[in-house]
Amino acid sequence: MSAHDLFTLGNRHFRIGVGVTAAILIVTAITGFIVLPFAQPWVQFANVWDAICSAAGVPQRAANVTAPEQSKRLSEVVLTSRTLSRPSQEAIGRGATLAQRCAICHGPTGISRADSPNLAGQYAAVIYKELHDFRSGARTNAVMSPFAVNLTDPEIADLSNYYAYLPRLPAYHPTPQLPKPNIVIYGAPMRGIAPCGACHGSLDNKTGSPWLEGQSEAYMKAQLQAFASGERRNDISQQMRNIARAMTPQEIEAAAAYYASQPSDVVKAVD
Amino acid sequence: MLANRKLILAHFWLAFAVFGFALTLGAWQMFIRSPIGTWLSNPELYYRSLTAHGTVMGYVFPTLVAMGFGYAISESALEQRLVGVRWAWAGFWLIVAGSIMAMVPIALGRASVLYTFYPPLIGNVFYYLGVVLVVVGSWIWVALMSVNLRVWRKAHPGAPVPLAMFANVAGSYLWAWTAVGAALELLLQIIPVAAGLKNTIDAGLARVFFSWTLHAIVYFWLMPTYIAYYTIVPRAIGGRVYSDSMARISFILFLVVAMPIGMHHTFADPQVGAGFKFVHSAFTALVALPTLLTVFTICASIEIAARLRGGRGMFGWTRALPWDNPMMLALAFSFVMLGFGGAGGLINMSYQLDASIHNTQWITGHFHLIFGGAIVIMYFAIAYDLWPHLTGRELIDIRLIRTQLWLWFIGMIVTTFPWHWVGILGMPRRMAYFDFGDPAIAPQALSVTFSAIGGFILLTSGIMFIVVLARGMRAPLVDAGPYRFAIAVHQPTTVPVALNTHALWVALMIVLTLTNYGYPILTLATTEGTSVPAVYVGAQ
Ligand code: HEM
Ligand SMILES: [Cu+2]
Repeated sequence: MSAHDLFTLGNRHFRIGVGVTAAILIVTAITGFIVLPFAQPWVQFANVWDAICSAAGVPQRAANVTAPEQSKRLSEVVLTSRTLSRPSQEAIGRGATLAQRCAICHGPTGISRADSPNLAGQYAAVIYKELHDFRSGARTNAVMSPFAVNLTDPEIADLSNYYAYLPRLPAYHPTPQLPKPNIVIYGAPMRGIAPCGACHGSLDNKTGSPWLEGQSEAYMKAQLQAFASGERRNDISQQMRNIARAMTPQEIEAAAAYYASQPSDVVKAVD
Repeated sequence: MLANRKLILAHFWLAFAVFGFALTLGAWQMFIRSPIGTWLSNPELYYRSLTAHGTVMGYVFPTLVAMGFGYAISESALEQRLVGVRWAWAGFWLIVAGSIMAMVPIALGRASVLYTFYPPLIGNVFYYLGVVLVVVGSWIWVALMSVNLRVWRKAHPGAPVPLAMFANVAGSYLWAWTAVGAALELLLQIIPVAAGLKNTIDAGLARVFFSWTLHAIVYFWLMPTYIAYYTIVPRAIGGRVYSDSMARISFILFLVVAMPIGMHHTFADPQVGAGFKFVHSAFTALVALPTLLTVFTICASIEIAARLRGGRGMFGWTRALPWDNPMMLALAFSFVMLGFGGAGGLINMSYQLDASIHNTQWITGHFHLIFGGAIVIMYFAIAYDLWPHLTGRELIDIRLIRTQLWLWFIGMIVTTFPWHWVGILGMPRRMAYFDFGDPAIAPQALSVTFSAIGGFILLTSGIMFIVVLARGMRAPLVDAGPYRFAIAVHQPTTVPVALNTHALWVALMIVLTLTNYGYPILTLATTEGTSVPAVYVGAQ
């Protein structure tokens, strides 16, 4: 017998092999796509075809359910690791001119004397995203929002490049450096909290996350509380809200105090 | 007749060198996240190590063992010089190049994405290209195995293909087809994003592609072990294979049912329909069949050896087995670990039970027991058995070999049993750090400590293994004679075409892949709006 005779119904092994395989496939398919869907008393199907589609995972939107209306705007900014990389000198120069109106709060050198965030040397993608969010209303602040509404896209890009370009000066009120608290380097795995440092530097950086060294303690605390209460909601996929909600008040204090006490020159340079 | 010993030795040495490296990383991982290590405050280093460990242990090491063993089988079972030696070397060097290309970005912290790739996490493009090169190198081996069998068939029309070669080629076809899933994921989805051509990725589709590879790759890892069960152990202990046909049927069954079951890795994924999950789950149950057939046939085969040595009684014959023979020891240990691991596997494959252990340390405990334990201990056995034929020198440290096998067995049990246990208690896997001071997990500290100690036992055993092989390179010269495989009680003179060729079973494998994967892949690929932004490793 040669290999040619194998793929014929005359061959016993072919009949058995194909027959048994097909039988198993048919039985499991009937069970999985018809019997089991109807065995779930809590699901209603109009007909068999409906059940099959459901079991097959056909993408469908249930007719009588509408997506909940979004009461607040969410961030629509798309960031990639290449957003705004390699700016030109002209862009930075234009940014410097525009930044004069920001200096009253964020300081002439990008270091705030109030409790506004320091911007000098912050990652461009971060400033870019926040300005867009302030402009769209995804993030609101009585002082900041009016400044952002009139900015154009190129202006936002220039400002971001300008501040990213500024040297990272020491914070205005340096405090003695504190040791790393657990929440920063370990997070709290059993509560689903990744270490702060996994995104905000010290351990690793993730696109869109600011570095925090030397920021105002009061500012960081206020932001964490705003994330926890849901008052601030421009974090993509609730990355920060999920974490802040699970943090204890003591952990919020500790993280804010730790980052405020760090010199900004430890921040890793990124291209 | 082993003509290309250098080629085979090169594969084995590279395999065991990277194995030693990854084993050290594994022991370190175990230690550093246990209560006896002091946390180094940097999870990134842990994930770097984990990516290297998984990539080497999952892709590079077993592939090289299968290839080296495959070349050895082709030359000795077919008694024919390897056709395409230059291609074989090309495949080898592709694997070397690919491994280096993948390891550099990992070491630099640019590709800490773990060996399952985890999109939308995206690492440096050279990591993925390196993995692709490793796979391409192994595909050359697949082609060579097929060509060599074909050449032999021409010279021996209608003759039964020796069992070892039949199984070896079945394994190579299985690998060729199962690697296609991950290859599609890499080439169509991940590499374009890593190279900067796109910045979104359909993570759900990527996971389905990966599951196409992830299950049957396990059987590819397993193939050398099963070939050793059937064709080395009975010969080494003086027995005979109880049934040649049963062996062939087992390998054929692996070919058919190892593929259409990968979605048991996506039970918790929302993008796959429940009906498909059920079908995959049902087919997964079937894959126990060839393993049960194998356990039965091998037990019968060693019983033959025992009775030939004068063993008597219902179970009394087990005492007559040559327990001081390393092959016997390795087989026994392998079976015990396969038994426990298989029992755990029943839980993983059940749609409902899986939910309780999904993504916990149970999973890592499980696959270390099966893969690191049952499978890898037979890789050791294969190396010990082949070494004198490859080097022309005797392995004299029989006691050391026995100790090494014992330590691997004990170490694996000490490592994996507590590992399973903490998984049942809910400890998640792939976590760099656990705060054992937290009352929620403080009771697990003891179990994790045991696992870490087991890890060092394993490391010791691994070092002993490499020492034995290295000393074997300068032992006194002997004539080991031709390399032979076990013969069956009824050595076949003719075999039905279906059991002597692979075509029918490869066809069924492909058809079942299409029925079980076709629809989910098509819908996911054509549905709009299913992509998410990529998250780049090490980039701001
Ligand atoms: C031949 C032996 C081994 C093989 C084939 C193997 C394979 C693997 C693979 C494929 C992974 C998955 C990586 C991932 O989750 O991305 C892994 C993870 C791991 N392995 Fe191994 N391994 C072996 C031996 C060891 C040994 C001896 C140890 C330690 C004593 C070890 C410790 C670990 C640890 C700690 C993880 C990470 C678990 C987690 O965090 O989820 N491995 N191994
Ligand atoms: Cu699987």
